[in-house]
Amino acid sequence: MSPVADAKVIKQEKIAPGHFRLYLFAPEIAEIARPGQFLHVRCGHTLDPLLRRPVSIHAVEREKGEVILFYRVAGRGTALLSENKRGDTISLLGPLGHGFSIPKRYARVFVVAGGIGIAPLYFFLQEIAASGIYAEVFLGAATKKQLFFDKEIKNLGHRVAFSTDDGSAGYHGTVTDLFGEYVQKTNQSGDVIRRNNDVEVYGCGPYGMLKRLTNIIIAAGIPGEVSLEERMGCGVGACLSCACKIRSGENGARYRRVCVEGPVFPAEEVVWE
Amino acid sequence: MSGTIYGKNAETRPGLAVNIGGIRMKNPVATASGTFGFGPEYAPYLDLNRLGAIVVKGITLLPRDGNPTPRLAETPAGILNSIGLQNPGVDRFILEALPFLTNYNLPVIVNIAGDTVSDYALIAEKLSRAPGVAGLEVNISCPNVKKGGMQFGSDPAMAAEVTGAVKASTDLPVIIKLSPNVTSIVAVAEKVAKAGADALSMINTLLGMAIDIRKRRPVLGNVLGGLSGPAIKPVAVRAVWQVYRELKLPIIGMGGIMTAEDAIEFILAGATAVAVGTANFINPRATMDVLEGIKNYLNENGIKDINEVVGLAQKA
Repeated sequence: MSPVADAKVIKQEKIAPGHFRLYLFAPEIAEIARPGQFLHVRCGHTLDPLLRRPVSIHAVEREKGEVILFYRVAGRGTALLSENKRGDTISLLGPLGHGFSIPKRYARVFVVAGGIGIAPLYFFLQEIAASGIYAEVFLGAATKKQLFFDKEIKNLGHRVAFSTDDGSAGYHGTVTDLFGEYVQKTNQSGDVIRRNNDVEVYGCGPYGMLKRLTNIIIAAGIPGEVSLEERMGCGVGACLSCACKIRSGENGARYRRVCVEGPVFPAEEVVWE
Repeated sequence: MSGTIYGKNAETRPGLAVNIGGIRMKNPVATASGTFGFGPEYAPYLDLNRLGAIVVKGITLLPRDGNPTPRLAETPAGILNSIGLQNPGVDRFILEALPFLTNYNLPVIVNIAGDTVSDYALIAEKLSRAPGVAGLEVNISCPNVKKGGMQFGSDPAMAAEVTGAVKASTDLPVIIKLSPNVTSIVAVAEKVAKAGADALSMINTLLGMAIDIRKRRPVLGNVLGGLSGPAIKPVAVRAVWQVYRELKLPIIGMGGIMTAEDAIEFILAGATAVAVGTANFINPRATMDVLEGIKNYLNENGIKDINEVVGLAQKA
């Protein structure tokens, strides 16, 4: 298959102000994409904006050959992307990057998503449910209208708890506070979360949220994986723009490429600013 | 259009081979340093054997971590980068990266950078002993490192000193990569030519910066960065034009080449070969598209050999 594909837009849905779900016909990508991977998307057709935009894969429908992206309009590139309509053609590069690892068969799986961070985790939840693994999902957003896909996630068989920063739905506070309190309560009740290694946490969301999540899981002794974002150039590992600091050796750290070694990294290996 | 005219449909295989200071390229399309890694990154997207040459990411004597992030800012029709020469150092490059490239029928040009003149000489010496290196591109123009880099390239005497030191340390063809961040690029070019440069690469990035008005601070972690992409093409074409008029050294032209039309502009201005850089990020097959477009241009205009077009706009 050619790793650069021109995909036809099947449809584009506005889910909430500034939030879009884009359905693309890209059977070759749908076939091989793994949760946590991303597509490098050409948003316009001119030299300005110049670069592709990395957008994580939100879901695939393999039998229909569909790849679905869920994104927030954050600038000129994504604004142009949101103007695409049925029948339009979009150039895609991918799937790219190193995604989430598949949890062990009997693992207790926690998924913690902040805002648009649910985008790649939905694909993960879709995939694990298909192999009979169900997660406890903590979904956080600024406000009720930005809590996405809770019904779909429940329909997949997962359990969902939510939080909003303004208290308009679920727990009033951040999703990391919600998750942290849950871990603490469960441990106090004697039902200790980390009895052995078979607990895994998967997180995606804003930088500060992932940093707090990492602190919680390190304190609880739970392994976890987080999906990072960084300004990206080539998407294939050549330009070294999307560097992030990852622990290496004793007390050491080195820059790794979010586009190739990431975007998903073991949480405890990330050097947070 | 002047040049050798063979009629509309006489020639379908124009001569594409060029010689850059002793480096024989089967076609004039190379990759620009820093935009193509060490090759494997783009191997899934094109047959590397079809490139005229690969110019690899800049190599220093010792490994470098590079600059703090963010390292990239998009600007109108361009990008600012401040990667800061992140690389594994010359020894690990020779051991770990070079063997991959020697599997290809492809001139490997190694971009080298140093903090001191003796750094450049030492790297050149090491690479001369490594099998499979076709030439050196001496980076005296990187805007993203504190010491060396552009300092060498903005002072004609220093540029000449580096050139001389590298020439004395290697038998490989030596290409000097010039900085546009100077008052007179011709003055620097003349000095490095006298010091023995076999060819010139031009241009490196333009020094620039961007400010995040919401955070009220520079976008790039390293504050200043190098501007590349279509935004700088007119500056690059001008530089090639000016230098070609004064010197007879072969030039690899670069700076914002996205299409064959862009590449042909550089060649008409005086470049013997071209390098595709930022375009690779948008289109991983940009080099191949440029190559095909050059062939078509030559065929459509009945031109038998690419070398006939070099600098042709100067004679108009």
